[in-house]
Amino acid sequence: MTDSARGSASGAARTLRVGALTRVEGEGALHVEVRNGVPEIIEFNIYEPPRFFEAFLRGRMYTEPPDLTARICGICPVAYQTSACNAIEDACGVTLDPELVALRRLLYCGEWIHSHALHIYLLHAPDFLGAPDVITVARDHRAAVERGLALKKAGNRLQELVGGRSIHPVNVRVGGFYSVPTRADLKPMAEQLRRALDDALATVEWVAGFEFPDLTIDAELLALTGDRYPMEGGAIARSDGPAFGVAEFSDHVRETHVPHSTALHATLDGHQHLTGPLARYALNHELLSPLAREAAAAAGLGAECRNPFRSIIVRAVEVVYAVQEALRIIEDYERPARPYLEVEPRPGVGHGVSEAPRGLLYHRYEIDESGRIGAALIVPPTSQNQAAIEADLARVVLAGEALDDAALTTLCERAIRNYDPCISCATHFLTLRVDRR
Amino acid sequence: MPTLAVWKFASCDGCQLTLLDCEDELLTLAEQVQIAAFAEASSAMVAGPYDVSLVEGSITTASDAQRIREIRSQSTVLVAIGACATAGGIQALRNFADVDEFASVVYARPDYIQTLATSTPASEHVTVDYELRGCPIDRGQLLETLAALLVGRKPRLPAATVCTECKRAGVTCVTVAEGIACLGPVTHAGCGALCPRHHRGCYGCFGPMATPNMGAMIPLLHRDGMSGGDVDRVFGTFNVTQFEAERNKAERNEA
Repeated sequence: MTDSARGSASGAARTLRVGALTRVEGEGALHVEVRNGVPEIIEFNIYEPPRFFEAFLRGRMYTEPPDLTARICGICPVAYQTSACNAIEDACGVTLDPELVALRRLLYCGEWIHSHALHIYLLHAPDFLGAPDVITVARDHRAAVERGLALKKAGNRLQELVGGRSIHPVNVRVGGFYSVPTRADLKPMAEQLRRALDDALATVEWVAGFEFPDLTIDAELLALTGDRYPMEGGAIARSDGPAFGVAEFSDHVRETHVPHSTALHATLDGHQHLTGPLARYALNHELLSPLAREAAAAAGLGAECRNPFRSIIVRAVEVVYAVQEALRIIEDYERPARPYLEVEPRPGVGHGVSEAPRGLLYHRYEIDESGRIGAALIVPPTSQNQAAIEADLARVVLAGEALDDAALTTLCERAIRNYDPCISCATHFLTLRVDRR
Repeated sequence: MPTLAVWKFASCDGCQLTLLDCEDELLTLAEQVQIAAFAEASSAMVAGPYDVSLVEGSITTASDAQRIREIRSQSTVLVAIGACATAGGIQALRNFADVDEFASVVYARPDYIQTLATSTPASEHVTVDYELRGCPIDRGQLLETLAALLVGRKPRLPAATVCTECKRAGVTCVTVAEGIACLGPVTHAGCGALCPRHHRGCYGCFGPMATPNMGAMIPLLHRDGMSGGDVDRVFGTFNVTQFEAERNKAERNEA
């Protein structure tokens, strides 16, 4: 939303303002000051009011973070529940049965399908089609929008089936689930997912046809890796430095507080880094299914993609993968012998990670012998990406000197939306204001 | 065409996401109403007044306390959606703590943070016409509310308990059959008895029903294995302000 735009492309100094960024999750703004074509101040402001999760988690029981931290984000609650469970199970020295891990991954597939379809079709595609929203897109591209909604719905149904509810699932607990589905319960879901696979492949083809502005990121990439394309857990991988263990996460990724934001800025060993689809793809593309790799190649993606505008293609490829992965898990499904492991508290510290749709999500809990939480630390993907987003904005403003104010403002908003920022998560995130002088 | 606006205050976005999760109805709805303001979904913004405003989130800043009054003055019907907007949400745990201490735990520079000492529901600031309970709200209840307002009747939002939903659905009572502690007898209906269907006791995410018998509930929770601290914690989540008020009422009645 452009509140006002003044100045001109020809002047040495100019000003643009946007009141509140739209088609992002949460409330944020941007402040850019340009003098003689050089951006002097780039601040991606997060004014979402704080909710103090890490403060009120103190004194709660070790069984509570999956339900409590889910409420940080209505779009990626499964990520919060999973990272929380991973951290607490780590603290308590429990390793889940592989059947339970597979079910956790199946639920996570549902969240990826839903969240990515939401971002691709409802939040991001309108940028490429010059429309303010999906309703307007549907006037000219009804079939595409219906396909997107069907895909999103498949993700939601999968979450409801495994998690009980798509927003803030009720069926997740430390140690596993309250109840586990039978093979017969999952069977109808496989039918819906087979149709979703066609929709997912068509989505890759559709978004690959969009026009992408040029932009190259140089931030270091950070993502999980493992035996499979990372989702519900894994080891930490990075593009430049040596890998480190999950327990060392906060030694390397540090959050600092800047005055223009209620979100914390995180850096990797003091440098800007990027997490999310581009990082996951670059560090793990060989782990994608053959069909997802083929779709990526046909869409023009190489071994890595460093243009954030093209992240929509990577998300679409990841949807293909997530649908196939869900089908694989359902095909191989053996109902777990027990829905959950009894997890007894023990004093210590636990670390947990997983790949939220928008990037790596880290949780750390200190618990005492009675299971009471002494301290909690949550590092969401958007606070890790905030510095990289600001760097992109600087590049966009530099390259966009010839654009008029309205066009440049729109491009800045798009540069932010490329990251599917989750502002509610990061608050502990956006309005766009550009001052060109 | 009637106009619909969706507003966000302190929240996780899950309740407004529920509108976008109406995959089968979204395009039909958009033919019946003009979505005039919905920042999460659209860059187009039409100035008020609005026929219906959906308000998500709680009031936690001075500027938001002003904004909710402006939205009220622009809206014919105002519907508060979800536990944050109807009860203050989980962030209302600050109401029972020291918010400055909370800020110092989360932020290196708490002086950068502007926040109120309390998280309050929309109804503490303005007149609210309808409330949809839940953390998050139920998609069916949202569609019922929008459909009712479109045809000009009151939405059907039963003020019964989760227990009645369980019985209607024929779900075996987890408390009677297995001794699982469950808040179903005091919790507002609307979810469709989700937790008991998954072999879990209700954890109260729709908040208290209109006349909960807290005095009878709490001994049952103790019987089913909850300690005093467990009881405080299970009521101390997304609807903490409302459950606390009901517990205080029950204690006064006993006294």
